Amino acid sequence: MKNAVGRDIPEFLLKDGREVYQGKNYMDGKYLQKAAPRTRRYEKPQESKLVDSIVDALKQVGAKSGMTFSFHHHLRNGDFVVNMVMQAAIEELGLDNITIAATSLGEAHDPVAQYIEEGKVVGIQTSGIRGKIGEVVSAGKLKTPAIIRSHGGRPRAIEAGEVHIDIAVVAAPTSDCVGNCRGIGGKSNCGSLGYAMTDAKYADHVIVVTDCLVDFPNMPASVEAIDVDAVVVVDSIGNPKKIASAAARISQNPRDLMMAENVAKVIASTPYFKEGFSFQTGVGGPSLAANLFLEKYMDERGIKMGWAIGGICGPMVEMLKKGKVGKVIDVQDFDLDAVNSINQTPGHFEMSASQYANPANKGAFVNKLDFVVLAALEIDTGFNVNVLTGSDGVLRGAPGGHPDTAAGSKCCIIVTPLVRGRMATVCKNVVTVTTPGDCVDVLVTDYGIAVNPLRPDLIKCLDDAGIPHVTIESLQEKAYSLVGTPDDLEWEDKVVAVLEARDGTILDVVRKIKPLKL
Amino acid sequence: MIIEKSAVAGTLESSDAQVTVEPAENGIELEISSSVMNQYGRQIKATVLETLDRLDVKNGRVTVVDKGALDCTLKARVECAVFRSCGQSDKNIPWGGAIK
Repeated sequence: MKNAVGRDIPEFLLKDGREVYQGKNYMDGKYLQKAAPRTRRYEKPQESKLVDSIVDALKQVGAKSGMTFSFHHHLRNGDFVVNMVMQAAIEELGLDNITIAATSLGEAHDPVAQYIEEGKVVGIQTSGIRGKIGEVVSAGKLKTPAIIRSHGGRPRAIEAGEVHIDIAVVAAPTSDCVGNCRGIGGKSNCGSLGYAMTDAKYADHVIVVTDCLVDFPNMPASVEAIDVDAVVVVDSIGNPKKIASAAARISQNPRDLMMAENVAKVIASTPYFKEGFSFQTGVGGPSLAANLFLEKYMDERGIKMGWAIGGICGPMVEMLKKGKVGKVIDVQDFDLDAVNSINQTPGHFEMSASQYANPANKGAFVNKLDFVVLAALEIDTGFNVNVLTGSDGVLRGAPGGHPDTAAGSKCCIIVTPLVRGRMATVCKNVVTVTTPGDCVDVLVTDYGIAVNPLRPDLIKCLDDAGIPHVTIESLQEKAYSLVGTPDDLEWEDKVVAVLEARDGTILDVVRKIKPLKL
Repeated sequence: MIIEKSAVAGTLESSDAQVTVEPAENGIELEISSSVMNQYGRQIKATVLETLDRLDVKNGRVTVVDKGALDCTLKARVECAVFRSCGQSDKNIPWGGAIK
């Protein structure tokens, strides 16, 4: 069945009331029955929940074949915990038929690809899918189609019981002996633990893995001891160098800076750019550089930013310290400046993934967002964005908060170069729709700006401010004139991944690619 | 033109292509690998064959390792490799003729 973005969704996926994507806000007003976990009572006072090893912790919580394990990705590409736990479960305890439900997976988790090939890991539910895992899933080696969700879609699915987590594993930079966890104070700090919060509340069992045991009580705790079954101390939970970069540096690339300046111009031309406005930006070159130019316009108009959310990095913390933004609320930290600031700098707070972006709760932060500036691997003439599959059809990205912030914000700006090498970023049809075009408002490229025709109000803003803009079709034609018209990818029938819209409907599927043989 | 000895042009940098030509006897043997194979493989093949044809190369083993090069880059690398293979890359290059 064709959905609202024109993608053909196979019938076999449309069972148990599952629907195809119907457009923005389709689920508004409907009711949701939340699923509660089945948890063990620890009535008799425990002095400590420390156990000797991950294997012992898994035994204690009754780990079995067929279970769903959850992980969070704050340790990013420095994470050791997913691999350690999977090794213990599969190689030491001999478990199989395992589903990994992670908030994101990256190159750090390449060893999991082997377990997929061996048929030990049979399900993957994640936002990000990259590296070897992306390759083996794309090659059709995972037993069931991977389920890809946004950062807001995941807590929605967990709360709705669509994902039931048997064992949640929390990688904690610090924990006390009963499992109060924080993302700071240890040797592998990551700052916010926002993505772990929903998992810990909805999992039947929670295991904390830390490399820095601190005195009780570890406060204020991001994940609380009341939800934790066992605590394991290991030598290292991750490589700090890969967890948080020294400092996210603002790009010096003139092309990035030109695009960033145009992003700021567009923002400043809208009525939402006023005292107390709200903002989220990515950490990619031009997205991050937009901060710099935006500050200039804020000074000119004498206005301040009310609040900023996101993945947070140094430049935003700087603005908070200078008093140019009132509050910063974050679900993940990208560099050490942000890690060292959360819950320390006045006005810098932590939030859960649900609070950030869940479309099924009673009001996530993204719903109050004025502007979001995002990148794209591809954007098509219907303003649909792909941030999941490479243009060769292989899984190598992450929707992350992209669809959530795009849908929630009043003005969603995509900033991307027109072409990358030989790949046309602005194209006729994206490989996979990860953010539907009805949520995307403005495209800024190095060859011009295009505004979604669904937003005549924004077109008028740009015209009034004298900002030149063109049609997205003309940008696509320009791109193809530079790099040539790409051939359509060829696919086999097999569905290797299902892309869920944030509301739980099906936005797109990724099939097994048929590589071109000359 | 006749490919007299092995010759290489281009690099393995992103957006470039490395073209190797070697002597052979039975027509053109073409091998292509590309980072953009699924979308541009056919076009790369057509461009390389067309360029060889324009240079009147009838025989040779041609290996292209493409890293997302544009058509103009591909043509230039093929031309350069062929001219180097027959010792004609230092003077009297037919700009505007066989080399367009």
